[in-house]
Amino acid sequence: MSLVLEQVGITLGGVSLLSDVSFSVDPGEVLAVLGPNGAGKTTLLRILSGEWAPSRGRVRFNGRDIDDWRPAEKAKAMAILPQGTSLDFPFTAEEVVMLGRTPHNTGVQRDRAIVEEALTAVDGQHLAKRIYTQLSGGEKQRVQLARVLAQIWENADRQSRLLVLDEPTASFDLAHQQLTLDLVARLAGQGFAVVLVIHDLNMAARCATQMLLLSCGRVVEYGAPAQVLTPALIERVFEVKAMVQAHPVTGNPLVIT
Amino acid sequence: MRPLHHRHLRWLLWAFLPPVLLLALMSGAVFVTPAELLAALAELFGDGPQSRDGLILFSLRLPRVILAALLGVVLAGCGAAMQGLFRNPLADPSLIGVASGASAGAGAMVVLGSGLISGGLLGVSLVAMGAFAGGFAAVLLVYRLATNSTGTSVATMLLAGIAISALAGALNSLFNVFADNDMLRRLSLWQMGSLEGANWQRVSIVFLAAAVVCALLPRQSQALNALLLGESEARHLGVPVESLKRRIILVTAFGVGIAVATSGIVAFVGLMVPHWVRLLIGPDHRHLIPCSLLMGALFMVVADTLARVVILPAELPTGVITALLGAPFFVSLLIQQRHRHYAGMLP
Repeated sequence: MSLVLEQVGITLGGVSLLSDVSFSVDPGEVLAVLGPNGAGKTTLLRILSGEWAPSRGRVRFNGRDIDDWRPAEKAKAMAILPQGTSLDFPFTAEEVVMLGRTPHNTGVQRDRAIVEEALTAVDGQHLAKRIYTQLSGGEKQRVQLARVLAQIWENADRQSRLLVLDEPTASFDLAHQQLTLDLVARLAGQGFAVVLVIHDLNMAARCATQMLLLSCGRVVEYGAPAQVLTPALIERVFEVKAMVQAHPVTGNPLVIT
Repeated sequence: MRPLHHRHLRWLLWAFLPPVLLLALMSGAVFVTPAELLAALAELFGDGPQSRDGLILFSLRLPRVILAALLGVVLAGCGAAMQGLFRNPLADPSLIGVASGASAGAGAMVVLGSGLISGGLLGVSLVAMGAFAGGFAAVLLVYRLATNSTGTSVATMLLAGIAISALAGALNSLFNVFADNDMLRRLSLWQMGSLEGANWQRVSIVFLAAAVVCALLPRQSQALNALLLGESEARHLGVPVESLKRRIILVTAFGVGIAVATSGIVAFVGLMVPHWVRLLIGPDHRHLIPCSLLMGALFMVVADTLARVVILPAELPTGVITALLGAPFFVSLLIQQRHRHYAGMLP
């Protein structure tokens, strides 16, 4: 088990933001966290990354309580891509990706090689020498994704690695959306555990092995994509009528609205 | 792309430092030729300075030039760290209340402690101690106001800095009301920032501040780089963000507090020097901080030398020169940067 949440809940200022959330993510699994705006997805990411302490329940990462991890040690095995990153300083794109190597002491040569590989993985090798602040929104997002990949590119300390992505495809064009989802699936194949917050249900169905459907801070359904993506649940949570059919090629659920 | 490689800038700065220091030593109300400089130096290592040149050089100019260089190191280093901490290239140590707090502290000492004004400890005047205490107290207050159980909010710190600065400014005005003419002149000269009173005691105190800055700030470079991505991003990269903030605030309060206490408010150095360096070599703190330390020293020595010679036989406050030199250069670099920025956007 890479990541385990047991009956996690959090109350801030008298308001319950999350309650009774339990799930686990194994190496090789991709968990898609779904739900309407305000369902508690970003709060969940803050708790599972250890940034916020839950009021109830507990979070375990690689068998240890999330609070027992030293930050520098945790950073070698868990990387998190937040929704929007504001960086106003004129680093080059490769310098930004290099920041992902902050927790490691692998030496400049190895780090440079990793930075190049990570940029290539997100189709960003041509951006390496460009100034980050002058890139487009989608290009910036790709550079940030490469930074997060560079952070856990290698299996340091033989820990299983967890990649947490908060709407990674939000500002991507179609080609880069597909590239990112394929990348996520490939990383899972290499033994990464992935938690993915995503709005597009079909993109979620494309790469997720498990789904967690949240609404108003509570789990509505947790299980395999076919179990979560049903017309009844979609209407209940998103208030949208939908049909679900099998994708003609992949066989994954395909939501038609 | 960037105009300079960081290694080249570092070589350039090191290469410029000795000739600039020598030129600064030679210039002044009395111009000392290189030959006289050598003679005075020989005297110094012989039986101590006795000639007119030797005395001027050893007891007036040398401490002043060194003081200027050390002040530049402290102000520019702390400025670079502040800009990283606030994630804003236009941040300045004065944002967290050091300068205004120090002004109020100095005002309090000049006015309330006027009977004791000649007193002091270890050669440091009461005014300087008041300034240091005021500056340090203001920063601690700002830091406490912005800190709660979840951490320190940089945005709140900025606002608290404005509030505390306003409060200190009001206190300062209050002291000015009660001050007599002599006190007023002394206060306003101090606020303009002057190195006129340079002596070896002050040099050794500012040396302590510079040593702390040079020893502690470059070590935070990697963490500051990560912090530029954002606080939670830095945390996810394993950076202990809260202790980083605390360390930088304390070093800045200590360093700038001592700088302001010994030499008044020398404006713009902490804002401009790191900004120039960043325009030349980029924002990586591993190179930005060391280059800013050097560039700060160079800039302050040049500014102070100009302050000594432009209106001979009188002397300008150094803070006036730094502002007059700095502001236009800053604007021109901003304009250049904008041109380059637009050029970079073209296909």
